Amino acid sequence: MTTSTTATTSATSSSTTPPASRGGASTDLGHKARGRAFKDQLARVVMWGAFLLALVPLVWILWTVGSKGYHLLLDAQWWGNSQRGITARREGGGAVHAIQGTLIQGLTTALISVPIGILTAIYLVEYGRGRLAKVVSFMVDILTGVPSIVAGLFIYALWVTTFKFQRVGFAVCLALVLLMIPVVVRSTEEMLKLVPNELREASYALGVPKWKTIMRVVLPTAFSGIVTGVLLGLARVMGETAPLLILGPYTKSIANDLFGGLMPTLPTMINQDRTESLQPAVDRMWAAALTLILLVLLLNIAGRVVSRFGSVKK
Amino acid sequence: MAKRIDVSDLNVYYSAFKAVEGVTMTVEPRSVTAFIGPSGCGKSTFLRTLNRMHEVIPGGRVEGKVMLDDQDLYDSGVDPVAVRRTVGMVFQRPNPFPTMSIYDNVAAGLKLNGVKGKKRLDEVVEKSLQGANLWNEVKDRLSKPGAGLSGGQQQRLCIARAIAVEPQVLLMDEPCSALDPISTLAIEDLIGELKSKYTIVIVTHNMQQAARVSDRTAFFNLAATGKPGKLIEIDDTQRIFNNPGVKATEDYISGRFG
Repeated sequence: MTTSTTATTSATSSSTTPPASRGGASTDLGHKARGRAFKDQLARVVMWGAFLLALVPLVWILWTVGSKGYHLLLDAQWWGNSQRGITARREGGGAVHAIQGTLIQGLTTALISVPIGILTAIYLVEYGRGRLAKVVSFMVDILTGVPSIVAGLFIYALWVTTFKFQRVGFAVCLALVLLMIPVVVRSTEEMLKLVPNELREASYALGVPKWKTIMRVVLPTAFSGIVTGVLLGLARVMGETAPLLILGPYTKSIANDLFGGLMPTLPTMINQDRTESLQPAVDRMWAAALTLILLVLLLNIAGRVVSRFGSVKK
Repeated sequence: MAKRIDVSDLNVYYSAFKAVEGVTMTVEPRSVTAFIGPSGCGKSTFLRTLNRMHEVIPGGRVEGKVMLDDQDLYDSGVDPVAVRRTVGMVFQRPNPFPTMSIYDNVAAGLKLNGVKGKKRLDEVVEKSLQGANLWNEVKDRLSKPGAGLSGGQQQRLCIARAIAVEPQVLLMDEPCSALDPISTLAIEDLIGELKSKYTIVIVTHNMQQAARVSDRTAFFNLAATGKPGKLIEIDDTQRIFNNPGVKATEDYISGRFG
């Protein structure tokens, strides 16, 4: 009887212990969850902080450039006239010479770099095996790290010193090509790698040759990403200044011939007006800077619209 | 239209690693042959040698013969692209082309091979989608993206895409493993219909599925990981499941594996 009571008590105590320990475990779990919730909050705050911090210079730049430059842009002559015959002392004149120069050089550069860049990326991702691919990839890495002034000096050495040609807009384009190709190669490469291998196999299994698979399945699938990469490269190139200072110093008149002498551009116009201390020139500097930003923005929007067509359908 | 496949003494390699060793088998035309066996035993690898998809993988190569009727697929004069037009394939995960509409997905094989003419394409698309039991579900939205369909519908779209180029043989690599039972049933019914026209080879992990859909079953096994997979036996499905010739087959089928 006694033993059985003990047995019962021990049984009861042992049966009551688990709920207690379970309760303990559950508060324990709750504690851990609070700890993690705190870390979660902390990480959230840090990330938002970093985001806002990164936003500060962006907004600052946009605000400064926008507020100081907008009033000249509202004037029709900004979009219609050049600076021909206008000194730093005088107001007036426009930026059409520089806008045209930047657009012509930027698009010519893109026209040369985009095919080379995309074809290189296709080689590296779809075909390249072994040593040649490694060498090419390494060269692209090196090219990525070339400072823009070095690219400018290289083309100067080639174009002017070696071949004794005049400095023309096309020489600037060649220097910019050196800077744009690695950007296009790297971004296109990443986009092509993102295309699932299953799609290539699905196409092969239909009896589609490899080149056609790349043209009709792989490239369209990666299209919008490739366009984004090209636009980033173009934006970088259009704002580039150092090679332009070497190969294409600023002039004040419209010059649209790539092989006909110096070509004015927005970056060189900004740089020229920066060196003047007179207010009309300073105003033009801000306006030219804002124009450049808007130009890049417009190209980006155009690119997005283009990449809508033919991209992955949802 | 359907063709017989005769494989003799086939070894399959990934670079130096021998993945499958000494397979000899005959796949009868207008029948369904199922490959079963544990993971890693080389069923899928072997399947991919039947339309020369194995060599797409860097280092992939093959020794031995695969005869499609009288033609050795691995003869030096044979174009792998032409082989794949004759021997179609359906993959484990549905993989419709994401940039293409339902219509274009089905027509892809023809369009990318230069077939033009809207009327002919329309006919083939309708016929193939009907063949894949998908026509009634998608006929009103052929211009919608193929990726917007459900998983089971996508897989049937992939089957329609594969049969649109009118292959002689259809290879299926675990076509139902990513699908729910209802979609699986739809695909299994479809396999039953397709076998009147095509030679079908299907890899499956689901033994009930092998028993349900196939006429003949091949059991693959490997001695240990790192060793090449081998064909243990191939026989009528009835026999393999009721009275297999080899003990390993019986063990695997009844779940006494290892």
